[in-house]
Amino acid sequence: MSSVSPMRSVNGMDSADKQSNQAARSPQKFSLPPDRAAYPGQTLRFKISELRVSFGAKEVLHGFDIDISSNIVTAVIGPSGCGKSTFLRSLNRMTETVRHARVHGDILLDDENIAGMDVVRLRRRVGMVFQRPNPFPKSIFENVAYGLRINGHKDSLSEAVERSLRRAALWEEVKDQLHSSAYALSGGQQQRLCIARALAVDPEVLLLDEPCSALDPVTTAKIEELLFQLKASCTIVIVTHNMQQAARASDFTAFLLEGRLIEYQPTPKLFTTPSDPRTEAYITGRFG
Amino acid sequence: MHASANMTERAALSKAPRAFLHRLRSGDEIAHIITLMFAALVVGITALLVYQLWIQSVLSRQKFGWIFFVTHVWDPLAGQFGALPFLYGTLVTSAIALILAVPLGLGTAIFLSEFSTPRASDIFAFLVDLLAAVPSVIFGLLGIFVMVPWLRTTVEPALQSTLGFLPLFQGPMYGVGFLAAGLILAVMVVPFIVSVSREVLIAVPREQREAALALGATRWEAIWKAVVPFAKTGIIGSVFLALARALGETMAVTMVIGNDPRISASLFAPGYSIAAVIANEFTEATGNLYLSALVELGLVLFMLTFVLNGLARLLVLTTRQRGAGHQ
Repeated sequence: MSSVSPMRSVNGMDSADKQSNQAARSPQKFSLPPDRAAYPGQTLRFKISELRVSFGAKEVLHGFDIDISSNIVTAVIGPSGCGKSTFLRSLNRMTETVRHARVHGDILLDDENIAGMDVVRLRRRVGMVFQRPNPFPKSIFENVAYGLRINGHKDSLSEAVERSLRRAALWEEVKDQLHSSAYALSGGQQQRLCIARALAVDPEVLLLDEPCSALDPVTTAKIEELLFQLKASCTIVIVTHNMQQAARASDFTAFLLEGRLIEYQPTPKLFTTPSDPRTEAYITGRFG
Repeated sequence: MHASANMTERAALSKAPRAFLHRLRSGDEIAHIITLMFAALVVGITALLVYQLWIQSVLSRQKFGWIFFVTHVWDPLAGQFGALPFLYGTLVTSAIALILAVPLGLGTAIFLSEFSTPRASDIFAFLVDLLAAVPSVIFGLLGIFVMVPWLRTTVEPALQSTLGFLPLFQGPMYGVGFLAAGLILAVMVVPFIVSVSREVLIAVPREQREAALALGATRWEAIWKAVVPFAKTGIIGSVFLALARALGETMAVTMVIGNDPRISASLFAPGYSIAAVIANEFTEATGNLYLSALVELGLVLFMLTFVLNGLARLLVLTTRQRGAGHQ
């Protein structure tokens, strides 16, 4: 464990309060989900320490530790601009697609530092779904098969496509129009198609960056249901602007504010008895 | 019933002019009328052009009919006129130009939009746009004094010794000819392809790139299998813009093509193009039939451009549908 507590960087609290807080919680309390024992079958997937990300001269994440367990849904919440998307994108090194982006600190995926991994291999293990549905201008089938094709799979494509579409709970709706354009689908279907596309290469981790922000409540519910089913087979990290969604769909929730990790707890605990006043202020809607 | 219908009609009538006047004051109707007139003028000019070409070429059309397109004799003294050598020259030189310019232009555009820094890309794009603005007579001069000697002494012998088994690269090497014209056209149309394709590639949404990268695509796979397909329609558009320029280019072509109405399989041989023959022979066309034949060539060139543009539209349409429908 890092010796640096995320609490160290907290500002705006008087020192007595700070001290008592620090005494009350061990440093790893925020970085390691404390109730991991309550979720059997989990292992540590990501072990992240002193993560700092800056774009040019502007530092967006100011250095914090967080561990993410396998086979659960971890939600990252926080107001706009708090760095939650940047955090997510650093997990599969998508930050590198931005010019002048710099990442410091260690991100270990199954005990291997991702900075030293081949980025193509990393992204095949850590899939990603984006804020806006972004299917390719191809058929539904080709969208799902894209990842398989670039990975050199040639045979049994249709089985793999069907399996992915089933996992994304889209198969029944599209099985008769696999070869028509992905753009003919509704927004929610497109987003599930993007999930199917990401699942096709069988990632160990699925990162979702506000996947429902462009969708209606019914479709959102479908996707949340989907996450619930998917966590049996992969680790899910979801960034969301929507606190209700985090409360409904996740097992653990991390609250980020201005590039710092404020609180990281089992979701029911974070939403019912948050230990930081700022978390409470945020979840009760006093800012953000 | 009738009475009431009349009443409302009359009410509407008396109201309409007032509404019109009111809107006239706010400028809507004026803007509408003026812009409509401009739009009609553009269409009218095109129609007038076709009409004039049609009327002026009546002698030649009546004398030769469809034979005009398939005879290769161009003998003003004997009053024999056939369009085939010119049609051939125009198509061959344009084809050479596109075969050379499309990979070069697309490659440059991909480099500028994907690999170079935005600043360098903008500077380079500016220079490329300058290249597009160079008058074609300058290209022609460069062609005569630099390219043609180089072709004759270096390129054509090299091609003949390596690919000489193809009829394309056989026969005497003059320097001037189809290859020279195609090459100079390629240089002239590359800026169009680079400029338009670069803009289209830059406009591809970030999400498309990221979607491919997040699936474990390499940078090149993301470009070639996600970004370029997304921009396909625009890229095809840029190619046809280039083709239109190549088909109609007159000055530079006539300076290096050799101006000899012959059809040869060899790219080294001199030829002639439609635009070049019109420009060269128009002033010395003696006799109405000669003149009329030249005008008909103009009509042919116009129709060729028209047909190719139509094909381009069709291609864009079908690739769009195929992109949507094929597996």
